[in-house]
Amino acid sequence: MSTRVPVTITVNGKVRTAEVEPRLLLVHFLRENLGLTGTHVGCDTSQCGACTIMVDGQSAKSCTIFAVQADGCNLQTIEGLAPEGGLHAMQEGFWEEHGLQCGYCTPGMIMSGVDLLNENPNPSEAEIRKGIDGNFCRCTGYQHIVKAIQYAAKKG
Amino acid sequence: MTSTEPRLIPKLMGARVKRKEDPRLIQGRGTYVDDVKLPGMLHAAFKRSDIAHGRIVSIDTSAAEAMPGVELVLTGAQLAQHLPPQPVMTPFPAPPHHAITPDVVRFQGEPYAVVIATDRYIARDAADAIVAEIEPLPVLVDPEAAMQPGAPQIHEGFANNVAIFIPAGTGVDQAAGTVNNAAIEAAFAQADVVISQRMINHRLAPTPIEPRGIVAHWEPGKEALTIWASTQSAHLFKGFIAGLLGLGEDQVRVIAPEVGGGFGAKLIYGEDYAISAISRMLGQPVKWIEDRSEAFMTTSHGRGILGYIDIAARRDGKVLGVKARLIADIGAYETLFTAAIPTLTNGMLSGVYDIPAIRAELTEVFTNKTPTDAYRGAGRPEGIYFIERAMDMLARELQMDPAELRRRNFIQPHQFPFATQAGNLYDSGDYEKALDKALEISGWESLKAERDAARAEGRVVGLGMSFYVEICGVGGWEHASVTVQKDGRVVATTGTSPHGQGHETTFAQMLGDQLGVPIEHITVLHGDTAIVRQGTGTFGSRSQVAGGTVLMMAGEKVRDRMASFASHMMDANPADLAFENGRIFVKGSPGSGKTFAEVAGYAYMGAGTAAMSGMAYPPDAQPGLSEEAFWEPGGAGTFPFGCHIALVEIDRDTGELELRRMIAVDDCGTIINPLIVEGQVHGGLAQGIGQAMVEEVVYDEDGQLITGSFMDYAMPRASDFPMFEMDKTVTLSPHTPLGTKGVGEAGTIGSTPCIVNATVDALSPFGVKHIDMMLRPERLWAIINTNGGQA
Repeated sequence: MSTRVPVTITVNGKVRTAEVEPRLLLVHFLRENLGLTGTHVGCDTSQCGACTIMVDGQSAKSCTIFAVQADGCNLQTIEGLAPEGGLHAMQEGFWEEHGLQCGYCTPGMIMSGVDLLNENPNPSEAEIRKGIDGNFCRCTGYQHIVKAIQYAAKKG
Repeated sequence: MTSTEPRLIPKLMGARVKRKEDPRLIQGRGTYVDDVKLPGMLHAAFKRSDIAHGRIVSIDTSAAEAMPGVELVLTGAQLAQHLPPQPVMTPFPAPPHHAITPDVVRFQGEPYAVVIATDRYIARDAADAIVAEIEPLPVLVDPEAAMQPGAPQIHEGFANNVAIFIPAGTGVDQAAGTVNNAAIEAAFAQADVVISQRMINHRLAPTPIEPRGIVAHWEPGKEALTIWASTQSAHLFKGFIAGLLGLGEDQVRVIAPEVGGGFGAKLIYGEDYAISAISRMLGQPVKWIEDRSEAFMTTSHGRGILGYIDIAARRDGKVLGVKARLIADIGAYETLFTAAIPTLTNGMLSGVYDIPAIRAELTEVFTNKTPTDAYRGAGRPEGIYFIERAMDMLARELQMDPAELRRRNFIQPHQFPFATQAGNLYDSGDYEKALDKALEISGWESLKAERDAARAEGRVVGLGMSFYVEICGVGGWEHASVTVQKDGRVVATTGTSPHGQGHETTFAQMLGDQLGVPIEHITVLHGDTAIVRQGTGTFGSRSQVAGGTVLMMAGEKVRDRMASFASHMMDANPADLAFENGRIFVKGSPGSGKTFAEVAGYAYMGAGTAAMSGMAYPPDAQPGLSEEAFWEPGGAGTFPFGCHIALVEIDRDTGELELRRMIAVDDCGTIINPLIVEGQVHGGLAQGIGQAMVEEVVYDEDGQLITGSFMDYAMPRASDFPMFEMDKTVTLSPHTPLGTKGVGEAGTIGSTPCIVNATVDALSPFGVKHIDMMLRPERLWAIINTNGGQA
């Protein structure tokens, strides 16, 4: 397992190069190699969505992608969602509407919410619920998350 | 109190204040345990049993030890040389439970060895390379089979695998050890109707989205252990670690950083003791992070209680007696509160009703499964489930509106404090008020008409109700400190240990009103035993009752000290002072007065410095503005309650159960932050509904966990729910200064029986009187489509 492969990955606008084991998961590359610990691991089987990031503008679960598969890709994580010191409308919505409790699912949930609105800027309640079915939250019962996404949609 | 007027005018309290915790969390800047990285940190992986029961014959660790990067491999027998069995909180005998088993594996996933390596991938590789010979032993998964005479024994000294047998209720004198059956038998003898039903309140996996984890860092020379742990109580954790490792509590610092949910399942585990002991052996920091399949196998499960319930009533609906024979399937060991949790089920069997005779007999049985322990509600949901299902069955038998049956049996407001036959002393309640509100906002009568109309169209629609009560605020004392700093800002510490509950916000609201300080000037610290001097933690919906109350006590003392210094500065009577918006002034003259910073600056001078500045200091005053308090709730607890109503529809073609409306009227006493209370109820509802509709821990007959990942264990998703319709009543608790009662577990307790009651109502045209959870579509489909789908 000691063979290492060079990768060049753009993360939150910065070009990162590294030599990684082929089996290194992308989420571990982000967390361990780059110190971007806002992306969380909740399940290892791509159900819970805590590890959701943007890969080339589309949401993806970084626990089921190898870092080498992201070679040449452009990634965005929760840390790069808004300019330093500012908040994205989706982050603002989660704060305003109490869309989080323990906060562990939150970065992934926010990224999925952003992806949802990218594809459907004015979703119905049912479309929002369907749209975040790939993200588990154990604390909120989802109601305030739905409202948070509605807040962000309204804000445009 | 230095004033006769009420000093606490709620401004922040009762307001929907946005959480102070959120900015860091929504930006991904919170620090959870797995985010902690220390120089020289090693990584652990546990080797776990694939089978549910077996005797370890041999373990070969040579291949693992030979791997580059592996620092240490320990078997359970080797670790046991350094670490005694884990503590258990029970007055009864409990079998020894080692952090890593030295001899026998008793459930799938139980660890028998551990690897420490320089990297988490290497640690896992090496754990996979450990080879063990384990001689299989007979496996027990059914608690009723396990308690039969002659069944194979899981532990020595526990005949028929019975951990504990406890009778409770009418005629039982636990202190004397006597049981008198006269009253309960008389109640049943007088009854017009007796209904008997076997009901299963099945096992669940708590599944906080952040798995368990620990970083333990022993510093040789300093002889001190610092631990970051995902726990609901930094202080209990510290005490247990110090005790088992033979350290002074002063040698152990525990930090519960951001904790990604707990739900009762995150106190302390064998892995925590093992990693702490190993860090001490190696003199290096060691990290272990649970993966999800480990979480399903080894984080404690919840519920798992089988009940044989009998309810006796007169034809007018008056309930005369309840008998419950309860069998708790507690799994392979007793963890911290395993034995205590099902006893809470005994205590809740009265529900909200004035039932003259109740008898419970609880047997806790070992099986070859993951141990059970607290899970949101912890014993209370099971008790309320049993009584609320029984009430619903009774209403159906008597052909009475379930709301009316409940109304006829409610404990009345004038009866409080009310000692139930199940053994609790309820503090306060106005159940009819909550029932009426729920009937009103749900449109109960029109819902019934809607259901009947849908049925006439051939649809399978049901309407259900539940009424719950729970016990909060137990679990011992709590501690708080409040300091007004020299700069006038306020810093408080709380011994509660939040993991999503928002104490930094709620407690700041309370202090803000008490001290008249803007919330931005208040910081609430928690979860670090080096900063928070004492504490008990967050579980059992106790934080507002215990932690909130003691915080106000400490705050009151600081306010008195400030008033004393300010009165000296302003030459005013302390009783005439007002505290508002960070200023202290004589009532009626808000333009004059002093800022908090001015008063604090003076208070921290001391007499000597004050004299040098030409200022007089209050005679005999000692400097500083910092106070602390301990407080233990009376012990009887607070009893929030509420009424839930659900409308469900089952798809005739697929059997799929749809929750169409969910109405919840909850009464948790005084509300400090409605936004946070709503969030607590929403989350609780989702978990309670999840139990009824999708969640179930399943083992096969060999004790293999079938639901070992999120691919097999169904977590409730956003699309499983409608918008919950919420309202409240407010009945104050006499036990807390603000009348607060607690809310953390409420939604979980009421919603489960509500959904089942609604589903049974939907299936009643098909002759169904009871159905056990969870309500899988294929089972519902089979019921509907028996006899060609004719009702």
